[in-house]
Amino acid sequence: MGAMNEQALAKYTNNFLREVEERVEEGDWVKMCMQCGVCAGSCPFGPDWEHSPQKIFMMIRAGKRDEVLSSDSMWMCTSCYNCVVRCPRELPITQIMHGLATYAERLGLAPKMNPTRKFSLQFWDNCTRTGRVNELKLVLQVYFRDGFVSGIGKFWDMRATGLKLLLARRMNPFELLFPHRCKDAKGIQAMLKKAYEIEDRRKGFAK
Amino acid sequence: MTKEYAFYPGCSSQLRGSASNYLTSVNSMCATLDVKMTPIPDWNCCGASIGYAGSGELARHVMNARNFALAEEHLPGQDVVASCAACWLGAKETKQKLDASSQLMADTNEALKQAGLQYKGNTTVRHMVEVLIEDLGYEKLGAPVVKPLEGVKFAGYVGCQTNRPFGIAGESFENPLYLDKLVETVGGEALTKYEQKVTCCGGALAFSEPEKSQAQIKDIVESAYDQGADMIVTPCPLCQANVEVYQADINKRYGTKFAMPVAYYSQLMAVAYGATPKQAGLDGHVIKPTKLQEIAVKVVPAKK
Repeated sequence: MGAMNEQALAKYTNNFLREVEERVEEGDWVKMCMQCGVCAGSCPFGPDWEHSPQKIFMMIRAGKRDEVLSSDSMWMCTSCYNCVVRCPRELPITQIMHGLATYAERLGLAPKMNPTRKFSLQFWDNCTRTGRVNELKLVLQVYFRDGFVSGIGKFWDMRATGLKLLLARRMNPFELLFPHRCKDAKGIQAMLKKAYEIEDRRKGFAK
Repeated sequence: MTKEYAFYPGCSSQLRGSASNYLTSVNSMCATLDVKMTPIPDWNCCGASIGYAGSGELARHVMNARNFALAEEHLPGQDVVASCAACWLGAKETKQKLDASSQLMADTNEALKQAGLQYKGNTTVRHMVEVLIEDLGYEKLGAPVVKPLEGVKFAGYVGCQTNRPFGIAGESFENPLYLDKLVETVGGEALTKYEQKVTCCGGALAFSEPEKSQAQIKDIVESAYDQGADMIVTPCPLCQANVEVYQADINKRYGTKFAMPVAYYSQLMAVAYGATPKQAGLDGHVIKPTKLQEIAVKVVPAKK
């Protein structure tokens, strides 16, 4: 595995809980989970997760590092915040799930083929390029990510809907040539570069 | 007196965007209510919830803080008001985090400096609905109604991010009532037993996990039919798009015959206030909201 994963393994040896507490967004909340299972029962995609948040929290405490970080479970989070408002201990579960997924991605351990992982990365790249989301480009990227032929197929399946959106003026090919953008897209790039740099330093990712 | 706000419309509301008709109706509604919404100059994307894998923590907060800094500089003293659920959530989360940590605030400003900006920490983040309910109140919202939406049955679909984790003050997460109250304020019939009102539509995962999301949307639409709804009304741009646009796919997948219109609360208000179909953004739908259309074109005698 990658150098960043090696570095993390060396630094935290067998203490995955401490690793999560220090490096994952809101990770210091994990130990507060009392294993009631309300989050698991509240999740709209609950039946589709291999491990519910409740299980993920216990697995972290049990030191099951590889199983947690390579799990596709966190990538099933729809950001509905149902678990967050129902958790009796008020754990920010949604943020922890995002944090774990992000950390797994940083270490190169996230499941490469997970569709939400791809979409998440595409979305951030899309919206930070000009400072605003280019919806049409995003949709085309989703359709064509498995190759050209498959993309044409999906595009064809959605043609009726696409046409209706076009007629409703909620989608427009114009957007590919002359996208909405922030005037100071350059400034946005510069401030984000700085932000990544600071975060790497604070979380001990920097070499 | 005109109320003034720093407006954060968000990416989907832009011209040619998937919620462009939301913005059209918000503008019409605000003109009637004498609410002046000035867009934050050069505002940027909030990063939405789904951008997490690329953003990490700080970059996301810096994106939101840039909007705050621009609002402080160009529209001092005005609350930042978002009409989009995701923009509101993202901005509000950043605001809370920055208020709670001086280190995060310092780091954020160190990054913002690269764009020649500084955030002083004075911003208040609010949702359009909060402006309506808290700053104006139901009584004032009802006053300009010239075309009450009589006889139209609305399933109030609040969804997730306008409701959780922050929600509207005084409302419960499990059964928020403000959308039903807004419907009644403009003369419509609110279906208060609509049990899918806070069900998740799949959000951004409608793109990446379409089968799972469409199972959610099917429940949301089916329950509206079961309650006898003429249409669904929602405050969220992504809920609107997902629940309206995927009905055709759901029909294919499940053999259903859904054709349930999905409108924004602001469209209801604009129509009730006498807006034309175009001003209310009724031309921006894949499933035509015919009942609203009929009311919007109806000629009513001027109020005495």
